[in-house]
Amino acid sequence: MSDVAVHEADHGTHGHITSTGLSNNKVAMWLFLGSECLLFGGLISTYMLYRGRVSIGPRPGHVFDIPFTSVSSFVLLMSSLTMVLAVSAAQKRDDRGTTLWLTVTALLGATFVGGQVYEFTAMYNEGLGFTTSLFGSSFFTLTGFHGVHVTVGIIMLMSLVGIIKRSDIPGDKAEVVELIGLYWHFVDVIWIIIFTLVYLIPA
Amino acid sequence: MAIIEQPVTTGGIALAAPVTPTKAQGGFRRPVSTTGWKSWLFTVDHKKLGIMYGVMAMFFFLLGGIEAVMIRMQLAAPNGKVLSASVYNQMFTMHATTMVFLFVMPMAAAFANYFVPLQIGARDVAFPRMNAFGFWCILGGGIFINLSWFLGGAADGGWFMYAPNSGPIFSPSHGIDFWTLGLQIAGIASLTGAINLIVTVLNMRAPGMSLMKMPVFTWLTLVVQFLLLFAVPVITVALFLLSFQRNFGATFFDVSAGADPLLWQHLFWIFGHPEVYILILPSFGIISEVLPVFAKKPLFGYPFVVFSGAAIGFVGWGVWAHHMFASGLGPVSVAVFSISTMAIAIPTGVKIVNWTLTLWGGKLRFTAAMHFAIGLIVLFTIGGLSGVTHSVAPSDTQQTDTYYIVAHFHYVLFGGAVFGLFSGFYYWWPKMFGKTLNEKLGKVNFWFMVIGMNMTFGPMHILGLQGQPRRMYQWTEARAGEGFFNLAFWNRIASIGSLVLSFGILLFLINVVKTSRSKERAPLDPWDARTLEWMTSSPPKEHNFDVIPTVHHLDEFFHRKYEQDPVTHEYKQIATAEEILADQEAHADKHIHMPSPSYWPIVLAASLPVIMIGVIYSIPVAILGGIFTVLAMFGWALEPSTAPESDFDPPASGESTKELAPLV
Ligand code: HEM
Ligand SMILES: [Cu+2]
Repeated sequence: MSDVAVHEADHGTHGHITSTGLSNNKVAMWLFLGSECLLFGGLISTYMLYRGRVSIGPRPGHVFDIPFTSVSSFVLLMSSLTMVLAVSAAQKRDDRGTTLWLTVTALLGATFVGGQVYEFTAMYNEGLGFTTSLFGSSFFTLTGFHGVHVTVGIIMLMSLVGIIKRSDIPGDKAEVVELIGLYWHFVDVIWIIIFTLVYLIPA
Repeated sequence: MAIIEQPVTTGGIALAAPVTPTKAQGGFRRPVSTTGWKSWLFTVDHKKLGIMYGVMAMFFFLLGGIEAVMIRMQLAAPNGKVLSASVYNQMFTMHATTMVFLFVMPMAAAFANYFVPLQIGARDVAFPRMNAFGFWCILGGGIFINLSWFLGGAADGGWFMYAPNSGPIFSPSHGIDFWTLGLQIAGIASLTGAINLIVTVLNMRAPGMSLMKMPVFTWLTLVVQFLLLFAVPVITVALFLLSFQRNFGATFFDVSAGADPLLWQHLFWIFGHPEVYILILPSFGIISEVLPVFAKKPLFGYPFVVFSGAAIGFVGWGVWAHHMFASGLGPVSVAVFSISTMAIAIPTGVKIVNWTLTLWGGKLRFTAAMHFAIGLIVLFTIGGLSGVTHSVAPSDTQQTDTYYIVAHFHYVLFGGAVFGLFSGFYYWWPKMFGKTLNEKLGKVNFWFMVIGMNMTFGPMHILGLQGQPRRMYQWTEARAGEGFFNLAFWNRIASIGSLVLSFGILLFLINVVKTSRSKERAPLDPWDARTLEWMTSSPPKEHNFDVIPTVHHLDEFFHRKYEQDPVTHEYKQIATAEEILADQEAHADKHIHMPSPSYWPIVLAASLPVIMIGVIYSIPVAILGGIFTVLAMFGWALEPSTAPESDFDPPASGESTKELAPLV
């Protein structure tokens, strides 16, 4: 979605009048996230249906390292906070602050993804592969989809840092920062749901 | 950058707009051609894209039609030898897939793309490049799915592709892989299209056009886009699970690992039932435009038509398990879904009543478009009634998986959706191409289609109730039975009917060719129409309207042509379409800022099938495709949607500038 958003600011069209008064890009982002809810809804339902179905390989309780995942979840939550700081800096037309906080957000996100890679490897070594059991297939699919969403978010954040550094008009990407912020918060909220349902509630 | 410095005014024929090349953006110079194949390949104009969607859908309609006729030839006589069992399975699977995903949906998208901006008085959609991207995705997806015919056989699991039957054990060819991955690409088109059109309708209406002043076609298109927005991700999940199973060894539908075979059915039908409304509502919208025009009366109960459309959009989410009555859901679920299914017939019935009352007392003009619209009302009602008989679960247990179901959905889909689209062709052809399709031939076209369609699908009610299962590649003399209800006779009638139907469709194609050869131009307002799309030249100029209209009424164009006498309440004409257009041209906006063509939509869309081919045959190719995709996205992101401001003269002080709402 970021590609959609980037140019909007390029020709500074904030003053445009739309029938609802909301910018096209923002409405589009909300619609996209609404659609994403059903994507994750389907994946989460699949996981909830299958999480207890293990004919071979480890069961959910055996492979989860709750303290570790709690820390990485906390890191992801903090990245939402830094994203808020980035948006607020962008609205104040403070490009240095914006790029700083965007970079921090991306780094926190990358830490989370790194944690996920570590976690997946550990699980694999304990005998839980993608094809091992229904639990394995549905767990890796659900968390993998989430991980891909975070990764896409990181790429968007870093591209945005690059674009802001190159542009000469301060603050002209404020709406784009806000839109990527929406996406980022959405991905965080989805993680809270996944963390609760997958890790905290025992199968 | 397409900047139209002066509105083009000559005689309704849009001249090529002057275009300024811009400096390289995102690595390439922007495409600037306004004529020739390049102007189509890189266009972002919603009207061109609408025509492209239409041509593509028509092509797949013929392909799906050929597949259908082959099925009927196989079943015309006992022990049919036209197709082998395996090819027969591929044939009905691909027939349904083609008709649903590659004909009705893109054809509805063609009309939506072309007419929604015109009906709401906008100059384009909200995201023109995304619009082009959607078209190239659906085209790429359609070709991709059909490639499987040449690469070891097409998908053969039926259009609902039930698991575990769709697993690698039962379907070892790559057909289902192509099907799954191709539909993913097509799904991207539906999703981007839905977002684009919703934003367009919500944000880009002409001043004064409140939601309740919108034409019904636009309204129902809006409902359809919401259905797509929420239904597509569900099938996306199902398709991912299936391809992970088939291509990467996941266990989702592996019953021996404890998988639940109903998971696929639920996911498919949570998408699938809203999908049937995605197929029918655009046609409902079309005839809600056609009937009032040819009855010379406003649509009866406009708010009821709108709200029942929205109600269908909501209730449509709560009935999916009526496709699963025979799967052992348990009595409570069956009862609930049975009742909700009966309930959904109500808002549908409301519409039928509204259309009938629109005709009541009207000055009816039986044009070809009107024929098809009335055909829809009658045939859809028959299909709706058999639908209600399926909603009674005990009765459905008898009917399910027989030809009776095939009869039902063809009455609603062919008699409903397809007749609506044909009504749209005859109604809007003069607007899109400036020439009217031959009316006389159109009516012959209509009668062949109605007779053919009833001959083909009517007998299927009997066949089904007599117990002929659907998807059986042969029937035998011994099992055909005797007397009036014997299968042999009615199968033969159905097969002959399919030829009559095909001939009707051929007449339409002949009509198109004939019309395109004729020199006669359509009048500006051939039907005395009521809505904004008729308030501009035919075909419309690149920028649609010289002046963005200010809307005061539902049926704005009608109210500009006619005024009600305060005493007698009669409407009398106060202006002609030509006068209204001339007035607009005289007061045209000075600087009209249109979105610029772009390479990136087609480049990005072309990189997706590369990924998919890679998923099937070789992962490095998929990675290569992924890299292309990312590069194309960056190219897209770095290219401004419209050329920089410096490329056109700022308006001299005092002149008005009309731009589109923000364009991306
Ligand atoms: C009055 C409204 C309707 C009712 C009550 C209704 C009811 C049903 C029911 C209960 C079934 C499942 C039968 C079975 O498989 O045993 C069914 C199948 C089907 N209906 Fe409808 N329907 C209605 C309208 C529509 C519309 C508007 C469409 C599409 C334009 C449609 C398309 C289909 C299709 C394609 C199937 C078959 C799916 C398959 O098995 O491949 N129906 N209908
Ligand atoms: Cu249904």
